[in-house]
Amino acid sequence: MSDLEQFRQDTRAWLEKNCPESMRVPVRGFDDFYNGGRNPEIDHPDQKLWCDRMAERGWTVPHWPKAYGGGGLNSEEVKILSQEMARIGARRALDSFGISMLGPALLHFGSEEQKLEHLPKIARGEIRWCQGYSEPNAGSDLASLATKAEDKGDHYVINGQKIWTSYADKADWIFCLVRTDNSGSKHEGISFVLFDMDQPGVTVRPIKLISGNSPFCETFFDNAIADKKNLVGEAGNGWTIAKYLLTHEREMISGFGAAPKKSVGQVALETIGADATGRLANSVLRQNIAQYQLDTMVFGATMKRVGDEAKAGQGLGAASSIFKYYGTELNKRRNELNLAVCGEQALGWDGEEYNGGALSRDWLRSKGNSIEGGTSEVQLNIIAKRVLGLPDA
Amino acid sequence: MALVLNEEQVMLKESAAGFLAEKAGVAQLRALRDSGSERGFSDEVWREMVEMGWAGIAIPEAFGGLGYGYTGLGLVLEQAGRNLSASPLQSTVLVAASVIGELGSAQQKEQLLAAIAAGDKLVSLALQEGAHHAPLQSSLRAQAQGDDYVLNGEKLLVLDASAADTFVVIARTAGEPGDEQGLSAFLVDADATGLAIAPRSMVDSRSAGALVLDGVRVPAGNLLGEAGAAWDGLSRALDVASIGFAAELLGLSTEAFERTNAYLKERKQFGRVIGSFQGLQHRAAEMFAELELARSIVLQALHAIDDGEADLALQASAAKAKLCEVAQRVTSEAIQMHGGIGMTDEHEIGFFIKRARVVQHIFGDYNYHLDRFARLNGF
Repeated sequence: MSDLEQFRQDTRAWLEKNCPESMRVPVRGFDDFYNGGRNPEIDHPDQKLWCDRMAERGWTVPHWPKAYGGGGLNSEEVKILSQEMARIGARRALDSFGISMLGPALLHFGSEEQKLEHLPKIARGEIRWCQGYSEPNAGSDLASLATKAEDKGDHYVINGQKIWTSYADKADWIFCLVRTDNSGSKHEGISFVLFDMDQPGVTVRPIKLISGNSPFCETFFDNAIADKKNLVGEAGNGWTIAKYLLTHEREMISGFGAAPKKSVGQVALETIGADATGRLANSVLRQNIAQYQLDTMVFGATMKRVGDEAKAGQGLGAASSIFKYYGTELNKRRNELNLAVCGEQALGWDGEEYNGGALSRDWLRSKGNSIEGGTSEVQLNIIAKRVLGLPDA
Repeated sequence: MALVLNEEQVMLKESAAGFLAEKAGVAQLRALRDSGSERGFSDEVWREMVEMGWAGIAIPEAFGGLGYGYTGLGLVLEQAGRNLSASPLQSTVLVAASVIGELGSAQQKEQLLAAIAAGDKLVSLALQEGAHHAPLQSSLRAQAQGDDYVLNGEKLLVLDASAADTFVVIARTAGEPGDEQGLSAFLVDADATGLAIAPRSMVDSRSAGALVLDGVRVPAGNLLGEAGAAWDGLSRALDVASIGFAAELLGLSTEAFERTNAYLKERKQFGRVIGSFQGLQHRAAEMFAELELARSIVLQALHAIDDGEADLALQASAAKAKLCEVAQRVTSEAIQMHGGIGMTDEHEIGFFIKRARVVQHIFGDYNYHLDRFARLNGF
């Protein structure tokens, strides 16, 4: 038996034994994933158990090195693990910005000391992170951010305000873009620092969205303290790290567009019915759904192609911008179609009969997908300038 | 199979690009058009293509081909699309060879595929009868008479009709229009008694024509496969053809886009290059994203042929529908972004939208394939 086959068998056996039954049902939505942290939100006691068991093997971040709390698996083994998890419907044990965003940046830019300090806590779900990027006057034009960090020798004193800080009210630490120098161009003088949110100088206020939920916050810094050992990279070099991390964020957001189990066309057939030829009875809606499903299939082929090319050492430079732009626009289309297909059901806002208003709330939330992490327009600017070489106005 | 090109494929693509740009580019197409060429392509250039093995590129080695598979042929067709290269690659190598490969007996394949691969024979499929691609609606009749069949009816949009030595004529030996049962495929030589070939002048300056069959008598041995049972094989061959034409559209659209993007950096108005205007930049960026997506589905569909995937029909309709959509958008924008110069015959960009329109139509346009895509998805 090959090593990989052995690995598959061992993994299968371990998952069978250790994945609680309750963790083998699909999540109800994005908020149903376990995010960890000092005060984790626990909907089901098995969430923490499942996370702890997986973390012990390093399998919450199977591709990270073992020294940093990962599983040290190669890409083939990671693939087998995810196939075996999918086989029994096991959900991800831990889902966090630490894993999807800060981790990759630290692995790439962090010092050895920083990696050893922060990565294992991410892997075990002990510390939940949030991202301090946008400011009231620095949205699409992120580099004009003004939150100031004053150098006090062994630490920085931070003053300013962030906005659209996802889940800041639930996070323990923040990775934050601050301005350490005002003398050069706006891209210079930005630094990337990490600090604990649990201090008097940090105040968090959730923002209620049109969806009725509050995934984002305003975050205020009034003489907040960041230890200098938590400056990632060089002072003034934060923009490079910020951009690297943004590509991971874009890929994550574009993944929201992944097709659900039952296609929109199937749902439409059930709610609207077919004509005598077996086609969906409403031909206008049918065309819209077909176009959406076609683009979803083509988008999937593109994700696969870019992944295969990356493995082969080739790469599409603007891939993350294309994915962010296309994936979020697709997700908005899917939500619009859900509403068109479900009609009255999709207008409910609350109550069991409307599943808590999931359809309407998801639809409203999806409008933000093409704004957060760089608007669709910013992605198109990036493609136009960096790939197509079109000049500035 | 990973969605990347291997070394052999990259070499093939590069050599095709170089050859076609030099020998069969837009300038040569214009010259063919202006000379009123009835065959619509240069025999000399075709001979060179044959010598490079392209006539048998997807034909198995056992039948005298190169056995590079359809991914290999797709790469050549993509380059033919980029250069608007006129040749029988589409009519004979892509379409007719696929139909023969699907339906022919071992002996027929041995004879015909070897002749195609050697460049000794041009073959073209005669399928469409009305304004639209509707293969099940075929009504051209083939009546059994003794050991022969007698064919009566008309066909349209037969590619390279003036140059073909032999046609594969889809005819009804039984059943009614709409039925899968009863469709048959016959080999009919171009010089058959009762066959009239009418060259038609088409918008893309390529050679297509109409056939009128008036009591054309062929022996039963000219049937490809069983009488009345051509549908399954024909349908698969049409899927292959659709994917091949999607590859041509990919090359054509990419080239039209790149020429347009270059023009945006060169043309000045209001004292600066027009490519600095965001109104054009975003449209260009959207097209670029669409083209990257288009490239993925074409490659995936080509692999689906070579890997014998069960969802070939879905892949084919997805690829053709998507590429029709992208080609229409990109070639229309190419004219708009070139402005007045794009409307002139003197400029080459107009040749792209003309060829695109024909390729979009052949064997099912966007509307046909999107409808079929939905059907295949169960709605």
